[in-house]
Amino acid sequence: MPEQDPEERIHNFDEVALGYTEEQATIEANRCLQCKKPQCIKGCPVEIDIPAFIKNIAEGDFEASASELKRANTLPAICGRVCPQEMQCEIECTLGKKGEPIAIGRLERFAADYELEKGVQTPGIPESTGYRVAVVGSGPASLTVAADLARIGHSVTILEALHEEGGVLIYGIPEFRLPKEIVRAEVDFIKKLGVEIKLNFVVGKLRSVDELLTEYDAVFLGSGAGLPSFLGIEGENLNGVYSANEFLTRVNLMKAYQFPDYDTPIKKGKHVVVVGAGNVAMDAARCALRLGAENVTIVYRRGEDEMTARIEEIRHAKEEGVHFKLLTNPTIIYGDENNWVKTVKCIKMRLGEPDESGRARPEPISGTEHEIPADVAVIAIGTTPNPLIPSTTSDLQTIKRNIIPTDAECRTSKKGVFAGGDVVTGSATVISAMGAGKIAARAIDQYLQSLRFAETTSTLDCEAIECRNTGNQ
Amino acid sequence: MTYTILEREELAPEIYLLKLHAPEVASKSEPGQFIIIRIDESGERIPLTIADYNRDAGIITVVFMEIGKTTKQLAALKSGDSLSDLVGPLGNPANVPRNSVVVFVGGGVGITTVFPEAREFKKAGNTIISIIGARSENLLIWEDLVHSVSDKLYITTDDGTKGHHGFVTDVLTNILEEQGVDLVVAIGPVVMMRAVADVTKPFGVKTIVSLNPVMVDGTGMCGSCRVVVGGETRFTCVDGPEFDAHQVDFTLLMKRLTTYRDEEAVSLGKFMHEQDCDEKC
Repeated sequence: MPEQDPEERIHNFDEVALGYTEEQATIEANRCLQCKKPQCIKGCPVEIDIPAFIKNIAEGDFEASASELKRANTLPAICGRVCPQEMQCEIECTLGKKGEPIAIGRLERFAADYELEKGVQTPGIPESTGYRVAVVGSGPASLTVAADLARIGHSVTILEALHEEGGVLIYGIPEFRLPKEIVRAEVDFIKKLGVEIKLNFVVGKLRSVDELLTEYDAVFLGSGAGLPSFLGIEGENLNGVYSANEFLTRVNLMKAYQFPDYDTPIKKGKHVVVVGAGNVAMDAARCALRLGAENVTIVYRRGEDEMTARIEEIRHAKEEGVHFKLLTNPTIIYGDENNWVKTVKCIKMRLGEPDESGRARPEPISGTEHEIPADVAVIAIGTTPNPLIPSTTSDLQTIKRNIIPTDAECRTSKKGVFAGGDVVTGSATVISAMGAGKIAARAIDQYLQSLRFAETTSTLDCEAIECRNTGNQ
Repeated sequence: MTYTILEREELAPEIYLLKLHAPEVASKSEPGQFIIIRIDESGERIPLTIADYNRDAGIITVVFMEIGKTTKQLAALKSGDSLSDLVGPLGNPANVPRNSVVVFVGGGVGITTVFPEAREFKKAGNTIISIIGARSENLLIWEDLVHSVSDKLYITTDDGTKGHHGFVTDVLTNILEEQGVDLVVAIGPVVMMRAVADVTKPFGVKTIVSLNPVMVDGTGMCGSCRVVVGGETRFTCVDGPEFDAHQVDFTLLMKRLTTYRDEEAVSLGKFMHEQDCDEKC
């Protein structure tokens, strides 16, 4: 797939991957073997009929392809860009056993973009069931639940704390990887399904989950993992030390890269150190480059193989000139007399025996301490769910770090309350959150049907009693 | 959702009051909490303490001082204009004591935060002594309101134009020497809050301050507002905004407040230039 040249793209926030042309997409789609027993579908958390949508492209019917995608996946233009296909559908592809697997993600993006450009058809809205569901948060899990429930005819209201819909798709993932216009277009589609979205609505403050249960028949918690983790080392409160959440929120949600045309500032560091090696760390590092940093260094305590970012994100970061200091762990952040970050002191690590996560435990090598100059440091070592909802909800079980456990059907310990996405798993991927959203939507629908059954039976009982009473008269 | 400005008043030079239509937020507001507003599409999110609320009328009152670009832009809005975004109530409500003698110390715009808290504390049966201070008489705001919820009110001005000539801490020291006090609540500029903490510490009187660091989301998501209290890092937006004054690292707070000093100057300069152009062109 064509991409912006690295030299050029580090000076702008425009999308890196440029997408297939119609011709390129058709050629790629024609490579698909149309297997009788397609393995790729097994790898897809939202169960897209992959051979079917690819066949549509191969036949030149791009609109049909987009419709096929939308049957299973409400957010195809987003998934086509940010899913780790190489670990999911593409890894299962038969073509991949001998050569390159079919580029499922790129084709998904192509079909979805084609539809967005042509103008999305207003979907038909089914007759209302009369049931009301509150969905907390508006990230990928919530958008999926909302869309699937609306398609069955339930009335859905999304409650979002920030001033824009999309959750991590808006505040976290940068413009050059996922243009916000795309997110807005897919959110618009969900609104067209009849989903109501209330912005600036903090559940746990404006309404508790218990209060929501008096207004709605069921509640879905898709509030994500929004609480940033810090290293707990000396100097983390120096000026210029950011959580990745803050750094990315300022850049993406608040558009600090357009300061002063946009009011939110961000410190444009010359020497930026990013701690961590997940997708969020790559995003932060690449944003720092685009803000004008002379050098950006990823510091990670494990090795190349342990990095959790997508291969493509690591490749893009390397192409753009991000330095990688692996097997290196920060120990102290030093500041100047004005409380500004000056250097990050690190120690070299080696990999030891596997730890509880199954990955080799990094151990410090004494005598290898060194300092890396930095005027901005970004801590991208993960996030955990926000305590606000657990702390304000009665009878809602949580486990370590405010994670809300559920059964396989996304049911929490509290009746009528379901959860999915990062709030259940800890920080994971967009697509796993969407997969949970699909499961939750089915479970919520079943739950609502059980309510209807209970209501019907209780009405019948009343009628029976009335009959008996009448008979007695 | 629109958040309309129902009323705008200039309380003192560069100090403004806005009454905002926000029925849902008003219905849940408690003393000590704050809101975050964003004026328009390109605006930043800034926290403003809830100075008053009227649940029946669905109104939130905020008072702010013109300091930077956003507060200047906010001050230039008129009644009938609306804000793009308003979210709240955020932060924890103040803990209301029982049967206590409480001294409230308010400085500058902080006086307006003192008012709803003192009112609530008074309602709960506490004895309220208030000390309010400003640089000069013309900057002294909400004297009558604070008076109406206080058993005793002291006024100080730095230049002696009204009340005690000097600082709020002078009066506070006298009170602490003369009578038993159970709690001191100080809300105002950081230097004032730190000075109050220094005064009350030797007396061993519990002291609460309301902190005002830089924030973005206000829900615990970014950590921009982190402060050190009792040696531990806390997020002001979700763990505060009120903390034990004797545990707060005020030096760090003041240094962190300077993080965007250069950018704030750029932003303000650009805004003033555009205002000038608007007037001339």
